[in-house]
Amino acid sequence: MQRSGSKARGRGEAGNGSARFEFTIPSEYQASQEVQDKIMHDVNRRGFNSQTVFAIKLALEEAMMNAIKHGNKRDGKKLVHVEANVNSHQAEIVVEDQGPGFNRRSVPDPTLPENLEKCSGRGIHLIEAYMNEVEWSKGGRRVRMIKRDEPDVLPR
Amino acid sequence: MGELIPPVSVTSQKDIRIVEFTNNKILDEGNIADIGSTLTSLIDEVAKPKLLLDFANVDHLSSAALGMLINVNNKIKQKNGQLRLTNIKPQIFEVFVITKLNKLFRILPTRPEALTSFAQ
Repeated sequence: MQRSGSKARGRGEAGNGSARFEFTIPSEYQASQEVQDKIMHDVNRRGFNSQTVFAIKLALEEAMMNAIKHGNKRDGKKLVHVEANVNSHQAEIVVEDQGPGFNRRSVPDPTLPENLEKCSGRGIHLIEAYMNEVEWSKGGRRVRMIKRDEPDVLPR
Repeated sequence: MGELIPPVSVTSQKDIRIVEFTNNKILDEGNIADIGSTLTSLIDEVAKPKLLLDFANVDHLSSAALGMLINVNNKIKQKNGQLRLTNIKPQIFEVFVITKLNKLFRILPTRPEALTSFAQ
């Protein structure tokens, strides 16, 4: 039933070929996949270089899984809100959950030798490595991230 | 998502189990759980498992997939077994570098190199 809460707005609001999407979905993997497919469909037609597309896909997947798993803890009553603004030079994505939030500074660095064998903590690290701008707000319940299309170079 | 093909195919060369990922994405949680349990059963099968994971088809993977691989690595280490990764495409290799997991796993460029890297 809550699936009907999923909605996408049309594109071209700014009149420069930019597209704006907005979705509200239940905390389910399948619903998340549909949102990702819709956003990536638009990203893929932009002619961005392959590293940019790879980064956006990876960060979108990680941010949505964070919201569903760690934020909403798969609670069927909690929703995930996603916004995306895509134009010819960048993609801006916002993902917000209804969980308790988290303190970014309290998440241990997964690349430290003592944490290398632990199985979690890498999603946030990957988002921050691959996107140009990442901003956590609302006590960690909301992440806003931007990827600009740049010459084909691998991230640090 | 209606996948009928198993997410991995397993072949053997002597005592080495070669596992090839059949999907171009290792993202889907159900998929990752399936792969994890297939790999776990291969590890449980023998006293000192030798496992080679071939990433030739893989274009995307998530942190959840990395977590599963770390788990597999830990299980193999506990049994004094050996794990090798091979045929990782540059974009995917970069994910291992960013997470520094290229230091945890033994990654070799090609399958023949990976096969000869196993200690007897």
